[in-house]
Amino acid sequence: MSAQNQRLIEALGGALPSANVLWQKEDTAPYECDGLAAYRTLPLAVALPENEVQVQAVLKVCNQFGVPVVPRGAGTGLSGGAMPMAEGVVLSTAKLNKILDVDSLSRRAVLQPGVRNLAISEAAAPYNLYYAPDPSSQIACSIGGNVAENSGGVHCLKYGLTVNNVIKVRAVLMDGEVVEFGTEALDAPGLDLLGVMIGSEGMLAVVTEVTVRLIPKPPVARVIMASFDDMTKAGNAVADVIAAGLIPAGLEMMDKPATHAVEEFVHAGYDLNAEAILLCESDGTAEEVEEEIVRMSAVLLQSGATRIQVSESEAERMRFWSGRKNAFPAAGRISPDYYCMDGTIPKKHIATLLNQIKEMEERYALRCMNVFHAGDGNMHPLILFDGSDEDQWHRAEDFGNEILEACVALGGTVTGEHGVGIEKINTMCVQFEEKERDAFFGVKAAFDPAKLLNPDKVIPTLHRCAEYGRMHVHRGQMSHADLPRF
Amino acid sequence: MTDLTQEFVAQIREAAAMKQPLNIEGSGSKRWYGNPSIAQRSLATSGHRGIVDYDPAELVLTARCGSTLADIEAALAERGQMLPFEPPRYAPESTLGGAIATALSGPGRPFIGGVRDFVLGMHVIDGKGNVLKFGGQVMKNVAGYDVSRLMTGSMGVLGLISQVSLKVLPFAPARATLRFELSEAAAIQQVNEWSGKPLPLTASAWESGTLYVRLSGARAAVDSAIQSMGGMQLDAATADAFWDSLRDQTHGFFCDAHEMNAGQTLWRLSLPAIAPVVAAGQVPGAHHQLIEWGGAQRWLWSDARADVIRDAAQALGGHAVRFNNQHGAGETFAQPTPALMAIHRRLKHTFDPQGIFNPGRLYQGL
Repeated sequence: MSAQNQRLIEALGGALPSANVLWQKEDTAPYECDGLAAYRTLPLAVALPENEVQVQAVLKVCNQFGVPVVPRGAGTGLSGGAMPMAEGVVLSTAKLNKILDVDSLSRRAVLQPGVRNLAISEAAAPYNLYYAPDPSSQIACSIGGNVAENSGGVHCLKYGLTVNNVIKVRAVLMDGEVVEFGTEALDAPGLDLLGVMIGSEGMLAVVTEVTVRLIPKPPVARVIMASFDDMTKAGNAVADVIAAGLIPAGLEMMDKPATHAVEEFVHAGYDLNAEAILLCESDGTAEEVEEEIVRMSAVLLQSGATRIQVSESEAERMRFWSGRKNAFPAAGRISPDYYCMDGTIPKKHIATLLNQIKEMEERYALRCMNVFHAGDGNMHPLILFDGSDEDQWHRAEDFGNEILEACVALGGTVTGEHGVGIEKINTMCVQFEEKERDAFFGVKAAFDPAKLLNPDKVIPTLHRCAEYGRMHVHRGQMSHADLPRF
Repeated sequence: MTDLTQEFVAQIREAAAMKQPLNIEGSGSKRWYGNPSIAQRSLATSGHRGIVDYDPAELVLTARCGSTLADIEAALAERGQMLPFEPPRYAPESTLGGAIATALSGPGRPFIGGVRDFVLGMHVIDGKGNVLKFGGQVMKNVAGYDVSRLMTGSMGVLGLISQVSLKVLPFAPARATLRFELSEAAAIQQVNEWSGKPLPLTASAWESGTLYVRLSGARAAVDSAIQSMGGMQLDAATADAFWDSLRDQTHGFFCDAHEMNAGQTLWRLSLPAIAPVVAAGQVPGAHHQLIEWGGAQRWLWSDARADVIRDAAQALGGHAVRFNNQHGAGETFAQPTPALMAIHRRLKHTFDPQGIFNPGRLYQGL
């Protein structure tokens, strides 16, 4: 280790209890990647502050040494946003894991960033309240990470994303200064910096406290499972439900490969003859749900559903959902590896994209199953591959990038809820022109002038975009040649 | 349906080259809101109008900034949908751009969401004349920083919001308004208790000992809430007129000739909903308040010094807005901390390096 690095470790040791600074390889190895395990780097050191003062101290030391800092929550992110830098320090919020306050009258919870998403709803449950955003990793992912990614879940259409459910964030800037974005009220004076902070992927400030709004738990929820013999009909049914003035609590779709994979795994009772199934949920009071289920069922049948089952008990509802919730592990069971994409498109193009993906499956000689948040057009194609075969991984990566480019071409975005991180940084070249990317760099510098907080993520440089463009032409797979890339 | 984007770009480039500030103006219906503009020249947006895209099944509407709220709401109503954030319509010509730039939200704010919750994406022309596109027309989008939200409520100081995509919602199948005779403290307590229950609450207002509560949702949900909550039900026409008068601020409280003649200022206190009653001994004028948003928005007329009111609001965990500031008696909005103000200045420099957009309108010197 260089003398400079040794001095840095010593300085971090002065900022934290010595057990909270990790720098030996066997200790830092668990931090070399997040939920996107294909991208790995060993960090120089890992810092585990226990309170805000220690977060300030770590940042001040790194600022002084000019060393980049990568903040990390539970490490469940799917886009490599918490992938370390070899010359940088990982700042883990794992030890900042206390629920500071739950107030039932004002319906607010104040949390340290390391608190798990599900723990918030558990703490609010005695008051019949809960925290609405429910990413599928909610038993493990942390609220600090949710703020960084603007996490969603299956209930976003009705209840919003993290940005709609967080009212205040306390954070430390790279120079060690503590700031508060938002207030205990419903707005704050000046520019909406809270809105920018949420979804900023740890690049603007390190979160030390989050205040969320809690909402009343609906007393009843029921789900309709509808079968379709045609993907286009199922896609149109999604639009029909919404056009009828209904906002389902959840509206999810699975294609045939997905239902077959999960049925073997969890025996949810899915219709294996269906080309697609839709799960359409209503929640609220018993009377309200009764009324909505009747209206939803009528629309789904009108749209060509071949079979409709309505959950008659909570156990049955959980069974219907079990397949959807276990889709990722089911993919892991039928394939050594899978690569999950996260593009979002206008709902009217769902069938178009699925047909394009079918064609890509043949071209890349890889299978893909589709489970997704149909209600908000957020697609999660799961590309199945074998990571021990280098060529398969490269094909999977290219397949994924082509899906994301198709999403952009259909008027959508490369990421709906997983974030850009390091994974989708190249496809950002397709979605944004240089002038927008420059604006993003400007926003970053407004919060972090030294550019030390999680640098090299999310926003691609002009050089990187030029490389990405060339690479695609090389492989002869330049799709959407009309899109500006430079 | 006129697209003036290229005209705007030319005007902005010229203004930037000459370092001549521009006052971005739609219909001018909110000219009195914020600090007075120091710009000599105006950039008129009202000609840049038209709905660019609207598909009810997507719940997304995209329109140019000069489109009137009236036209947009009419197009939505035809398909049984609405602007969920209920922006005030101070004039029939009030524009979408103005609604987004001021981010003023209506009576449903705590229950349904504010302007910021429904902005999905926008086109912004920056101070160099670049047309920048952020966000999009989809519900979930985390690619890059959320610049659309940064622009929402920015009072036009960062750029010209030329086109906006919004999430819209269907009208609720059923509505009802209930009234209760309750003291200020009891009303705030009651609304917050109800808010923690699965009731279809979508607005509340309290004035002079009377609490009004709006319910909207499925017919069955509204009916059962009426049964369980009690109170007196208002007839539909009276109820609609009442909520519209709060939304558009035509309610008598906002146009109190007596207070205005006495040279008083209308203050908007944005507070935590359960903040204690603001006493007249603390803030002169607080004996007569209009309280919305379950307690989170409290209006009062006062002749007290700004710092007295701002300190009181801050001590309660919120902030105060000098709502009618046409005389430029001082800053409209509370000052952010120095660290946050530094971020404001750097953002201003990024998007508007020559300082030509609405200088001073949000904060003096910005």
